Amino acid sequence: MRFFKRQNNVLPGFGPTLGFTIFYLSLIVLIPLSALVFRTAGLTWGKFISTVTAPRVMASYKVTFGAAIIAEVINAIFGVLVAWVLVRYRFPGRRIIDALVDLPFALPTAVAGITLATIYSPNGWAGRYLEPLGIKVAFTPLGIVLATTFIGLPFVVRTVQPVIEEIEVELEEAATCLGANRWQTLKLVIFPMLLPSILTGFALSFARGVGEYGSLIFIAGNMPMVSEITPLLVINLLQKWSRRYAE
Amino acid sequence: MSALNKPISNRDRSQTEPAFVRRLLIAIALVFLTLFLALPLGAVFSQAFEKGLTVYLDAIREPDTLSSIKLTLITAAVCVPLNLFFGVTAAWAIAKFCFPRKNLLITLIDLPFSVSPVISGLIYVLIFGLQGWIGPWLQEHDIRIVFAVPGIILATIFVTFPFVARELIPLMEAQGKEEEEAALVLGATGLQTFFIVTLPNIKWGIIYGVILCNGRAMGDFGAVSVVSRHIRGMTNTVPLHVEILYNEYNYTAAFAVASLLAFLALITLAVKSVAEWKVRQELENQ
Repeated sequence: MRFFKRQNNVLPGFGPTLGFTIFYLSLIVLIPLSALVFRTAGLTWGKFISTVTAPRVMASYKVTFGAAIIAEVINAIFGVLVAWVLVRYRFPGRRIIDALVDLPFALPTAVAGITLATIYSPNGWAGRYLEPLGIKVAFTPLGIVLATTFIGLPFVVRTVQPVIEEIEVELEEAATCLGANRWQTLKLVIFPMLLPSILTGFALSFARGVGEYGSLIFIAGNMPMVSEITPLLVINLLQKWSRRYAE
Repeated sequence: MSALNKPISNRDRSQTEPAFVRRLLIAIALVFLTLFLALPLGAVFSQAFEKGLTVYLDAIREPDTLSSIKLTLITAAVCVPLNLFFGVTAAWAIAKFCFPRKNLLITLIDLPFSVSPVISGLIYVLIFGLQGWIGPWLQEHDIRIVFAVPGIILATIFVTFPFVARELIPLMEAQGKEEEEAALVLGATGLQTFFIVTLPNIKWGIIYGVILCNGRAMGDFGAVSVVSRHIRGMTNTVPLHVEILYNEYNYTAAFAVASLLAFLALITLAVKSVAEWKVRQELENQ
């Protein structure tokens, strides 16, 4: 029995390339990830529930997910604005700014983490001015929101940008001809077209924000119950666990 | 600022916002991006050079820093070629042939992107750690994988796994297979077809994928910090070394080393912009 039926394709190398792809994929990704699933499945159901709902763990979910939601709402608003400005308007330095949007992708997370922590620490560039106003950013949940916003920004901009580029001018012209003013066109014609991509960008950056570790631990303060993020908790538990079993 | 007042081409005045709205939106975007992107970037370099060039160079020439740079270079030198080879083979199979469950395969290839970096490291500890699947056997034979260099390399391969493949698959799908078929009909062998016909077409896609893969391989922190034991001079990559220096309140040195990574990020962005532009051009020429 052949799983793949013979193709009408003269190109060579299907078997070896697909074979290698599946082999490498299994070796590097699928087998290791299944280890995680089996390890979790090794716990009894009750123990699993009590592990994932321990008060300290619950508090870390609240910090992690709460910060990610706030940060991605900020990103959804400003990311769309940035994408709009980059596509629709011409101004000096536009190309450089366009390239700079990907900085959070390219900048190693540890570098982003120590930099943000330094800028927003009480005597840092920005913290200096926020401190007298009574706003503490570094080492508080606010810092987590800030760092999560930083790493999530390119996801929203880069998903919305191509959609804005694709919008045809005729649609807007039609709206204008039918008597819509600019604001109505934006609200009733353009925004609904952008909405799916905004939601996609939101989801992508949310997923990234929830799992983020490097850029957050430096600014988070890492106080259990207050500003401890879930990925850090995983690391702490792991270290305790490996120390217990070491040697 | 006359450029500001001109509506962009093929759009007349009624199809864009009034000038003051445009300026206001541009201003908001610029302020937001300055606060969130330019300020941190500037801060890295300003902190690094705060105490002058000599202190900066001393921090980088320090033996532990040099050994962390070496480890990072070794890691990237192993990971990038492996993932490049995988990316090209996977893209060839997926873009040039039809087979069932193709979309499932593409989703699985993207999987490492949706896994938290910490979990990416954890899975290797679960397999190779002392309590892991083959940990005890490894220990009997005195092979160290996690908390040693091989673990770091494995975790890095995992987190950089999709970069090349996900860049090449859409590009090669868009290019189709007519050119390759023509080459084969004219008598070229399979490898000749690949190297002479396909490779020049996907050159910029490869560069794009490799530069992103390399950037992440050198800069990854979360996954590597789980599988490394953070021993100075031995299992410390550059990002981990930055963390150690920072936690020792050695800020200038931390930022000096971090500035190397920031340089790398800027180069990555520059090459990426060029490659992106070239890829677009190539697709338009099709």
